[in-house]
Amino acid sequence: MTKQLPKVDVILVGFGWTGAIYAEKLTAAGMEVLALERGPWRDTPKDFATTFAQDELRYYWRHGMFQEASQSTVTFRNNGAQTALPMRHWGSFLPGNGVGGSGVHWNGQTYRFLPSDFVAKSHNEERYGPLPEGMTVQDYGVTYEELEPHFDYFEKICGICGTAGNLRGDIRKGGNPFEGPRSDDYPNPPMQMTFSQDRFEASARDMGLNPFPVPSANMSRAYVNPLGMQLAPCTYCGFCEKHGCGNYSKSSPQTTIIPVLMKRENFTLRTDSEVLSVEKSPDGTRATGVTYIDTSGEEFFQPAEVVVLCAYPLENTRLMLLSDIGTPYDPQTGEGVVGKNYCYQVMSGATVFYDEEYTNGFVGAGALGMAVDEYNGDNFDHSGLGFIGGGYIACYTTNARPIESHPVPEGVPGWGSEWKQSVRANFLKTTTVGVHGASMAHRSNYLDLDPTYTDRHGRPLLRMTYDFTLNDRRLTAHITPVAEEIARGMGGREVNVAERKGSYDSMPYQTTHNTGGTIMGTDPQTSVCNRYCQSWDLHNLFVAGAGLFPQNAGYNPTGTVAALAYWSVAAIIDQYMADPGPLVQA
Amino acid sequence: MKRLALITALCGASLVPADAQELASSEVERGRYLTQAGDCKACHTDIENDGIPFAGGRALSTPFGTIYSSNLTPDNETGLGRWSREDFYNALNEGIDDESRHLYPAMPYPYFTLMTRDQTDAIFAYLQSLEPVHVEEEENDLPFPLNIRMSVSGWKLLFFEDEDFVIDPDRSEVWNRGRFLVDGPLHCGGCHTGKNLLGASKDDEYLRGGTLENWFAPNIRGGENGGIAHWSEDDIFEFLKYGRAKHTAPMQRMGEVVSISTQFLEEKDLRAVATYLKSLDEELREPEEAPETARMEAGEGLYFDNCAACHVADASGVPYFFAPLSTSNKLHAKDPSTAIRVILGGARAQPTETIPSMLTMPPFAWKLTDGQIANLLTYLRNSGDRRSGAVSAEAVAEMREYLAEEH
Repeated sequence: MTKQLPKVDVILVGFGWTGAIYAEKLTAAGMEVLALERGPWRDTPKDFATTFAQDELRYYWRHGMFQEASQSTVTFRNNGAQTALPMRHWGSFLPGNGVGGSGVHWNGQTYRFLPSDFVAKSHNEERYGPLPEGMTVQDYGVTYEELEPHFDYFEKICGICGTAGNLRGDIRKGGNPFEGPRSDDYPNPPMQMTFSQDRFEASARDMGLNPFPVPSANMSRAYVNPLGMQLAPCTYCGFCEKHGCGNYSKSSPQTTIIPVLMKRENFTLRTDSEVLSVEKSPDGTRATGVTYIDTSGEEFFQPAEVVVLCAYPLENTRLMLLSDIGTPYDPQTGEGVVGKNYCYQVMSGATVFYDEEYTNGFVGAGALGMAVDEYNGDNFDHSGLGFIGGGYIACYTTNARPIESHPVPEGVPGWGSEWKQSVRANFLKTTTVGVHGASMAHRSNYLDLDPTYTDRHGRPLLRMTYDFTLNDRRLTAHITPVAEEIARGMGGREVNVAERKGSYDSMPYQTTHNTGGTIMGTDPQTSVCNRYCQSWDLHNLFVAGAGLFPQNAGYNPTGTVAALAYWSVAAIIDQYMADPGPLVQA
Repeated sequence: MKRLALITALCGASLVPADAQELASSEVERGRYLTQAGDCKACHTDIENDGIPFAGGRALSTPFGTIYSSNLTPDNETGLGRWSREDFYNALNEGIDDESRHLYPAMPYPYFTLMTRDQTDAIFAYLQSLEPVHVEEEENDLPFPLNIRMSVSGWKLLFFEDEDFVIDPDRSEVWNRGRFLVDGPLHCGGCHTGKNLLGASKDDEYLRGGTLENWFAPNIRGGENGGIAHWSEDDIFEFLKYGRAKHTAPMQRMGEVVSISTQFLEEKDLRAVATYLKSLDEELREPEEAPETARMEAGEGLYFDNCAACHVADASGVPYFFAPLSTSNKLHAKDPSTAIRVILGGARAQPTETIPSMLTMPPFAWKLTDGQIANLLTYLRNSGDRRSGAVSAEAVAEMREYLAEEH
């Protein structure tokens, strides 16, 4: 028996970064907002106190803050000829769970996508001719210029530390000369770089490249954001990714927005409440609310004027499929849209081993790094290269934690006394130069509902069909040697190169940058949402997150995810509330 | 500096206590402001149980037993509905209720007596404007003979004086206003002045710090050698207005005062409080004996492992975020109760309208032994150029037991 609840103005499904962003803006505009979060409450003093936040066993190995695979997982296969099997232990990517979502256990690398990334189809076709058969790259329908004020605001909310490379068209030394024009500088200066970044910078400069500090949500100094939230200086403890920050030094929904929200009377948060489906009106033009279940197994129907899907991209896609909203994507015909253009990223790197010099990788932070952007997006001429897109090359000092990190040179056995000896000799004397590569959408990579496996509520799991494409392989083959060359210029004893070859493997960790499935665009035939992140099918349903990306750029997604959320919520407040209906006529 | 000078100039005009609220638009508005200054809502709301504001019922634990606050809403049976202005004036000025019963001095009438009839009338007018709330009164939990109201008359005979506020003509108007606020509505001495065995303020302990519910409210004399001698007037203002200052943030009880009362007061009033506190000098405290080297070394190691990440290796802290411990008046207080308590149970900076974040120090009770906490505190109290005395493991054990029982 489903219990009926009183109606609210807006329901947010999921309460991570985008949930917090929508809630803050909507409650400030006077609306009554309810956020439903599948996982538990989490906050800094209770859950990530400095006295036990740095617990690798609990947070990394035992997945303290990730989605419970027993609660919900995905099935995976490389291609349509295989049978997908459920991931019972997360590997390649780590979906978050609980208040703050993945925004709690991220690294804090906060880039903006390039202006050309938002018009990837039209821009590349204009420059290089028609895209190859099977590549389903599309434009976002929104431009960098339109998103710029929202990027800027999010950077101020997070207190991002960096050096502007393009301030209102003025190219500035020390920043990224390829970035889109910024209306303002970063609110804080870059972090304090270490030995490894200094070596990377010198080597990259020798090659004629333009290294710049990675924009960081780990604080270089004490900062108070526009909402009055305090962020404290980072101590470089190196426990960012996969961990919550106990020093208030990493921007997360908890440290930047949530405490402000919890004081507002028109905001309610219900934790441990898992949304099962979005309900529709009989004529199918509107969402009427959501059905959710609490931990006791009781089901509720929560009506609302507006529903916003703020869960992780994989869960947003699954919810739309389970709720029968929009047409599921069919890879055979190329028709349908929900689940389309699932993309990931292609990562490679080179590890430098030193003899005498100490890199002390444990003195790090999630976004402590230097990067070069010459080989990202369309910053270089792709003529004759046979691929589009690219990636940044960066040297980070992060994650050198004892359980997870045991860098040893090639040829050393994987276990035993020789391995131990080598770990001891190299642990403090290595660094990595990584390539963080884009992933272009392809007809054969997609998400749908699994025909076999279900979750504990009997609902089909999401099935992921994914493999690296020809574009990915050419991209990584082109850029990895540049990373190697930088690494060789950093003065170590030897360099080991980790190329990206073979099929995508779902087990070793790569990035949690899953995108697509609920993509935005200019046309309901090819996208799930319009340029305001509004469902083409149900005008009072909005979707947030990286699921909106029609393809993945060669950057970390959070900056763009947040900018899109601010852009969309502004449209709800300024346009939709005055005249509810489709904001773009199909 | 320029800003400060401007404010002082503006405040010059009409600031004698009696007409202090002249600028306010109505009696009710003046009363609302004074009620806020008096922090009446804090005691007269059952905060722990989400009670209705001013409807009373909050349990106030005193060294003598538990007292429940009364209902200030204009309910005829259980509140102030049938009270006259005269009754209310008598309560605030003399500690007598509408049935001529003596009020327990947990209600700070020894301070409120400094307010004028105009002012108590305004407060009354404000309280009468609230929605009446009917509440069942809780019986106080006091032992004999304190449960007999007449016992209070003896107390009052000894310790209470029906005083008027007297302006010191040799001092500035701002100073006088500050003194009126501190000693009258804000009743700072309620916590920050030492008490005798019967709970009355000791004149010679005036704002030199006091212990209440196992918190030590520190010395807040801001003049030479005072507990907050190193605070500027701006620091005091920021502490009271924003709940964040260079030296520390208000926590727990004081946090409540800032969140309910002082953050909403006018800047000129808070600056007057600062001016007055800065005028209070203090005698030089005799340095204590230097502790054993072994304890200092042990404490230093504990500090580095447990505290340095936030409070910085040299204990200089991060101003406005994590208290600089080297200069903390809580840490260097004669009575280390608050410092012990904060290490055992943690502490949270109070969110305010301006700064809604709740920077929190985690508890260490689960991690550090009594001896370790004693060594850590001994190190902090005696590093640098101050010798504030050692802390014993027994003192920590007692506090641990108190917290386990009470909280």
